[in-house]
Amino acid sequence: MSVDPLSATAELQRWVRFTPAQRLARTAVFFVVVAAIAWALKTIEIIPEFLYDAPEQVVDMGKRMWPIDWGHFWPVVWPALIETLHIAAMATILGLLMGIPVGFLAARNATPVVWLNAIARFVLVATRSISTLIWALFFVAMFGPGPLAGALAIAFHSIGFIGKMFSEGVEEANRGSIEALQAAGATRMQQILMGYWPQVIPTFWSIALFRWDINVRESAVLGLVGAGGIGMALNAAIDLIQWERVALILFTIFIVVILIETIVTQIRKRVI
Amino acid sequence: MATCCAKFTAAKIGWQHEPQNALHPSRGVGVTPTAVTRSDFFAPSMARRLAYVAVLAYLVYAAATLGLSLERVERGVGYGLRFLAGFFPPNFTETDIVPGLLESLQIAFLSSLIGTVIAVPVAVLAARNLMPAGVSWAARLVIIFCRSFHPVIVAIIAVKAVGFGALAGIIALTFASVGFVGKLLAEAIEEISKKQIEAVRATGASFMNVIAFGVVPQVMNRFIGFVAYETDSNLRNSTMVGVVGAGGIGGTLFSAFQRFDYNFVAGIILAIIGLVMIGEVLQIYVKRVFR
Repeated sequence: MSVDPLSATAELQRWVRFTPAQRLARTAVFFVVVAAIAWALKTIEIIPEFLYDAPEQVVDMGKRMWPIDWGHFWPVVWPALIETLHIAAMATILGLLMGIPVGFLAARNATPVVWLNAIARFVLVATRSISTLIWALFFVAMFGPGPLAGALAIAFHSIGFIGKMFSEGVEEANRGSIEALQAAGATRMQQILMGYWPQVIPTFWSIALFRWDINVRESAVLGLVGAGGIGMALNAAIDLIQWERVALILFTIFIVVILIETIVTQIRKRVI
Repeated sequence: MATCCAKFTAAKIGWQHEPQNALHPSRGVGVTPTAVTRSDFFAPSMARRLAYVAVLAYLVYAAATLGLSLERVERGVGYGLRFLAGFFPPNFTETDIVPGLLESLQIAFLSSLIGTVIAVPVAVLAARNLMPAGVSWAARLVIIFCRSFHPVIVAIIAVKAVGFGALAGIIALTFASVGFVGKLLAEAIEEISKKQIEAVRATGASFMNVIAFGVVPQVMNRFIGFVAYETDSNLRNSTMVGVVGAGGIGGTLFSAFQRFDYNFVAGIILAIIGLVMIGEVLQIYVKRVFR
C-alpha cells in the first residue's frame, strides 16, 4: 500500500483551464503588446511643449467657438449638407453594385475556384486599406473637384467592407437549396440568383443600411481634399479661422449622424 | 400515407380541388379564384413597394445632382489610365517610407492604449444594468459624441489645437477609440447574466468587487476582441490622418501626391496595403487565442 489511490487520481486529474500551447500563446501576445507599447512610448516624437500646452489650447479654441454662428446655416451649411447626403447615397449604391459581385467571387462555396477567391480577397483588402481620403485624391485628380469624385471615392473604399461582409453571409448559406438546384441542372449563374441570393437578402439589406450610415460620416470629411459636401464648408471655415462657423458645422454633423443612426436602428428593428 | 399527408398540407394552405395524385402535373395549376398562388404569397406589401419607389426616385434625383456626363467620364478615365501608367514601377527605395510607417504604428498603438484606458470606465458608467439612468445617459452622450466625428475631422481640430505631428494623430484616434470600445463594451456589459452579479453581491462584495468578480470574467474575451479590432482600425486610420498633418505615413503620401511623384505614391500605397494586411492577420490571431 504505497499510494492512496484517491489522491493519486486527484494528482493526475488536476484541472487546468488551458493547454500549455494556449497558455504560451496568451503569454506571448501579452509580451508582444507590452513590448509594442513600450517601443511606441520610447520612440515617438512628440514636442513636449505642445503636449503641456494642449489643454490650454483646446480651452482657448472652445472659447473662440462660442457663440455659434447660426446665421451661417441656411446660406452655406444646408446646401453642403444636402450634397453630403447625396454623396453618401450614391456611394452606397455604387459600392453595393461593385462590392456584391466581388463578394460572390470571394465566397468559397459560390465560387469554388481557388485563384478567383484569392484575387477577389486581395481586391477586398486593397480597396479597404486605401482610405477614403486617398481615393478622393485620385478621383479629384481624375474628375475634378466636386461631389462626383467624393461619391466614387467612398464607393471604392466601401467595396472592401461590403464584399467582405457579403462573402461571409454567402458562405453561411444553407447547402440544401443549392444542391437541389444542382440536381435540377441549374447553371452557376442560376444557382447564385435562385439559390444563394434569396438566402442572403436580409444580409444584403443590413449591409446596405450599415454602410450608408458609415458613408454619411465619411462623406463629411471629403471636402478637405475638394471632393464636395459639408467638409468643404468646414475646411473653408477653418482656413478663414471662423471658429463660430466651425462650431456650427460640427454641431450639424453631430445632429445628422445621430439622426441617421436612429433611422437605421428603427429600420433594422422593424424590417429586417 | 404520403398522399394523405400531401392532401392535408395542401388543404391547409387553401387549395379547393385536390388532385387524386399529389405528384400529378396539374397540382397547383388551374386553381380556383380563392387559391393562394406563389406570386401572391411572396408579393411585397404596398408600403414596401412605395418605399422602394421612393428610394429609387431619390437615387435618380441624387445622381442627377452629381453632374455626370459621358464626356466627363471619358476624360476622367483617360486621366485615370495615365495615373495607373505613372504608378509603374512602384518606388520603394526612398527612405521616407519606413519612418512614416513606424510613426503610423506608434500612433495606432498609443491611441489604442489611451483610448481603451479611457473607454473602460466610460463603458462601465454607460451600462444601464450597473448604473442609475442619469449616470448612464451622461456616459452614453460622451460615447455618442466621440463616435459621431470622423477621425479626420477630429484630427484637423487637433492639428489646430496642438500643432502638426504625431500628437494630433494620437488625440484624434484616441477620440475614435473611446467611442468605439466604449459603445461595444457597454453593450457587452448590458448583455451579461445577472445571476453571477447577484451571487457576488450576496457575499457582501463592494462595487469594485462586483465589477472584478461578477462583470470582468463575463466580458473579458469580448473586450480583448474589441481592443484587437480597434487597434487594427486605428492602424488603418493612422495611415490617413497624416493627410491633414497629424503624423504618420499619410503626410508622406500626400506630399508625394502633390509633387506628382506617382511612382513613390504607388510604393507607399502598396506598403500601406501590406501593413494593413499584416494587422488584419494579427488581429484575427489574437482573437482566436483569446476565444
